[in-house]
Amino acid sequence: MTLMETMVATDRPLLKVEGLTKGYGPRIGCAGVTFDLWPGEVLGIVGESGSGKSTLLSCLAGHLRPDLGSIHYDGRDVLAMGETERRCLGRTDWAYVHQNPRDGLRMGVSAGGNVGERLMAIGARHYGEIRGKAVAWMDRVEIAADRVDDRPSAFSGGMQQRLQIARNLVTSPRLVFMDEPTGGLDVSVQARLLDLMRGLVRDLGLSVVIVTHDLAVVRLLAHRLMVMKSGHVVEQGLTDQVLDDPQHSYTQLLVSSVLQV
Amino acid sequence: MTDQAYNFAYLDEQTKRMIRRAILKGIAVPGYQVPFASREMPMPYGWGTGGVQVTAACLVPEDRLKVIDQGADDTTNAVSIRKFFQRTAGVEVTEATAAATLIQTRHRIPETPLTRGQILVYQVPIPEPLRFLEPRETETRKMHELEEYGLMHVKLYEDIARHGQIATSYDYPVKVEGRYVMAPSPIPKFDNPKLSGNPAIQLFGAGREQRIYALPPYTSAVSLDFDDHPFQASKAPHHCDLCGAKNSYLDEVITDDHGGRMFVCSDTDYCAGRRAAGQKGRLWSPEPQEAAP
Repeated sequence: MTLMETMVATDRPLLKVEGLTKGYGPRIGCAGVTFDLWPGEVLGIVGESGSGKSTLLSCLAGHLRPDLGSIHYDGRDVLAMGETERRCLGRTDWAYVHQNPRDGLRMGVSAGGNVGERLMAIGARHYGEIRGKAVAWMDRVEIAADRVDDRPSAFSGGMQQRLQIARNLVTSPRLVFMDEPTGGLDVSVQARLLDLMRGLVRDLGLSVVIVTHDLAVVRLLAHRLMVMKSGHVVEQGLTDQVLDDPQHSYTQLLVSSVLQV
Repeated sequence: MTDQAYNFAYLDEQTKRMIRRAILKGIAVPGYQVPFASREMPMPYGWGTGGVQVTAACLVPEDRLKVIDQGADDTTNAVSIRKFFQRTAGVEVTEATAAATLIQTRHRIPETPLTRGQILVYQVPIPEPLRFLEPRETETRKMHELEEYGLMHVKLYEDIARHGQIATSYDYPVKVEGRYVMAPSPIPKFDNPKLSGNPAIQLFGAGREQRIYALPPYTSAVSLDFDDHPFQASKAPHHCDLCGAKNSYLDEVITDDHGGRMFVCSDTDYCAGRRAAGQKGRLWSPEPQEAAP
């Protein structure tokens, strides 16, 4: 079945978010966010610093508890789940790619151990198989197999980020949260990483929520786009539609402030 | 002679009561680290303050105490703790494993099999097996609570990736009754099989870290491993040079400046017992003499 057929065949969203609100005392983190994410869909969230993108992502991934609203994953109420179940989901069906690979990797553990950790967490107990999978995944994210025993601290920034992606995808998750995955990388490395991510998303049929301030990243990866300002979603729609014909004044400002070479 | 300035076994009765409650909870939940209000003891941290408190709480006047340090009865740590309890509790002491009712040990399990009714008290420096993998205490407690022990295998994976085999040779983690992963204190992994199904009560005290945990008699403790790299209890591939024992854990002793060395049982009581029974090793002669060149 192709991806489009899968998307048509499922009649319910993978992630259903309604009225999600999180405040920090009197200040608003994000307010009244509502959206559906369908299997195989990539949703981009853009906005300036402090617009509530990261708060929203943390709430979705279960790192923060929202004040109001509901999150349903595959028909299950995420906020009503016990912690055991939520953490189990967090290391099998979900993945979280941090902006800084140092937050998502264990820097003192070899690349192979990093990729294998999620496998061992769900019960893999055969060294040879774990290592084989680690090497296969490193190959998939274009890291040479002979680097499998090197620590991530010996890797370049781009390699660390690709390793983090491999580490997250090894358990074949269905939903991936990405927080500024290309932040801090130079443009040529960014381009390769984006290319790689686009291929993986297409091949594996992943659903992705990607937070970024870089409009080029969402143009390339995201099917749909949400624009946030001061904790509220001001505009959402198909990526090309929003970027080519922005309706809200803030979106217009955002699009027009992209630097042209 | 008992020093009358102290309560029996140094600690006051309320403190012993508190420690006994922690011990009982530890026995009720095998492998679970029970916090307790560790006291200042008249010895530095790292010298067995945890073990001493557990021993003090368990001692009764009828007990016969044995104290070993790396298997030996006559090293500093063992001698000072034995003297401490002789002075403050006035209990009988012994060097014979079979005759002892309570054995405090630093980093060994005696070679002579333990029997019902004996108590083995371990001195533990770091009770948390996940500590060097996950520095946050809040997080390690959460991991124990939710049985998230994948990280322990990451450590073993790293061992194999770097050394070609599981190179962890002491403080080798065990899973107790299929539930808690436990640090068996820095005993050599050679001793790990003796943890499991042991008829004696095994108590673990960590003074600085303020934790007590326990293995009740006949509790299973499985050493973690991989399917294709199974656990192996290892020792130096030699026989004891004094008593000729094949199956006891050996210490390497340097005898001169020309590379001369010998291997001897780390368990002095076991070695002496075998020699008394007429067993002889390569370098043993009954009269004292200069070490062989």
